[in-house]
Amino acid sequence: MIKWNKKDLTGLRDLSKEEIELILNTASSFKEVSTRGVKKVPALRGKTVVNLFYEPSTRTRVSFEVAAKRLSADVINVSTETSSVKKGETLIDTGSNIQALRADIIVVRHNSSGAAIILARHLGICVINGGDGWHEHPTQALLDMFTLKEKLGRIKGLNVVIVGDIAHSRVARSNIWGLTKLGARVTVCAPKMLIPPGIEEMGARVEYDIDKALKEADAVNVLRMQFERDEGAAFPERFEYFRKFAITKERLAKTKKDIVVMHPGPINRGIEISSEVADGDNSVILEQVTNGIAIRMAVLFLVSQGRQSK
Amino acid sequence: MARIFYCLQGIKMRPKEKAKLMDKDAIGRALTRIAHEIIEHNKGVEKIAIVGIKNRGEHLAMRVAAIIEKHKGKSPPLGVLDITLYRDDLTNLAQQPIVRETKIDFDISEKHIILVDDVLYTGRTIRCALDELIDFGRPQTIQLAVLIDRGHRELPIRADYVGKNIPTSKNERVEVRLAESDGKDEVLILE
Repeated sequence: MIKWNKKDLTGLRDLSKEEIELILNTASSFKEVSTRGVKKVPALRGKTVVNLFYEPSTRTRVSFEVAAKRLSADVINVSTETSSVKKGETLIDTGSNIQALRADIIVVRHNSSGAAIILARHLGICVINGGDGWHEHPTQALLDMFTLKEKLGRIKGLNVVIVGDIAHSRVARSNIWGLTKLGARVTVCAPKMLIPPGIEEMGARVEYDIDKALKEADAVNVLRMQFERDEGAAFPERFEYFRKFAITKERLAKTKKDIVVMHPGPINRGIEISSEVADGDNSVILEQVTNGIAIRMAVLFLVSQGRQSK
Repeated sequence: MARIFYCLQGIKMRPKEKAKLMDKDAIGRALTRIAHEIIEHNKGVEKIAIVGIKNRGEHLAMRVAAIIEKHKGKSPPLGVLDITLYRDDLTNLAQQPIVRETKIDFDISEKHIILVDDVLYTGRTIRCALDELIDFGRPQTIQLAVLIDRGHRELPIRADYVGKNIPTSKNERVEVRLAESDGKDEVLILE
């Protein structure tokens, strides 16, 4: 068993296969805690976790909050809407102030790629990336992998398709890093304008035809179409996207029978996925949410241990 | 689980074997006696459940349950505790602990819970186990069975069923090896 000696989790790119496996294994031990009558263990008692969110989020923030509370940590949520960030304070200054308040762990969500890395370098306390720009969203990818492993018993050798707005997706990037390190084959699929240049160098295969991509797939991770980032001509039209790329019952009928359908949420029913599929037997979307708690408990616990070992 | 305390002593060298305290037969006899004492003390096995503390306590718990089943025709419910998250020394551990799964898939309320571990030493592992167990419900009683009691308690905790009492000094190590995890049944004293 390897040792975790990092005080931060900023992305999966920098982690070894063994470190990723350690997180997944630790999470499977933590999953049981949430099934108890008293859903709480004292592992992080007396520690303070600050959720610093520069972007709206329900799932990730609540999931981190629940995870921290199940470990008996104290949790403070800072939303930039109601904080000094509005008055022009920089990210590093905000971080230093939180550190000066003797917080132990910051979970940061930011619209700029690299924000978590900057904060981690400047602070002595633990920093966990809750999603930064188009860069990485490591805990989402970890919970996706955890769910896959739970459903299919392994990661190695699986064919995983990621479909949707790859260009703007941190979830896609973290998944590609993580899945390829664990030996899965990753295929990304989207309209040409949403495939970023250089994605093959990360280890992913590109396929523009979703039906071809799904043919051999063991799992498909459906990304949300981020229409709030609509940049006019560079974005596909909704109905057109649904017709060509959406995961529907008809499409799934032509794939492996037990294909696992994932989605990081929030889902746009009728755009990237049909309701029948989202609520159907192949969907593990809500299990992903449940598993997210175990993953975040494991990450909070490990970075906290990692900081001590320094 | 008593192994965790040895890690704290920072022993890096391979310790020397001083004496063999129990062999396979002696361990077998001790567990058989403990199983019978449990049946006698609780006047049967109706309301008892057995919970082993990871890792070696789990193996011992399974063996005790098997002996009880042999004599009573019915195995009591069996659970496993991993006490890592309840440790009082989590914040100043030299060695990183590995979190393993706790599994108690029956209702412990109103049951007589027999906690099983390999070595009883400072009592801190048992304190963790008591705290964790009580988070699962309110048992009628909690009783403690250990293969070895080596003394040096730091908390007011005692065992109800003991395989063997062994007076030791603090710089000795008691090592319980079991076929399930170590390939062989024996209890050694190391220095």
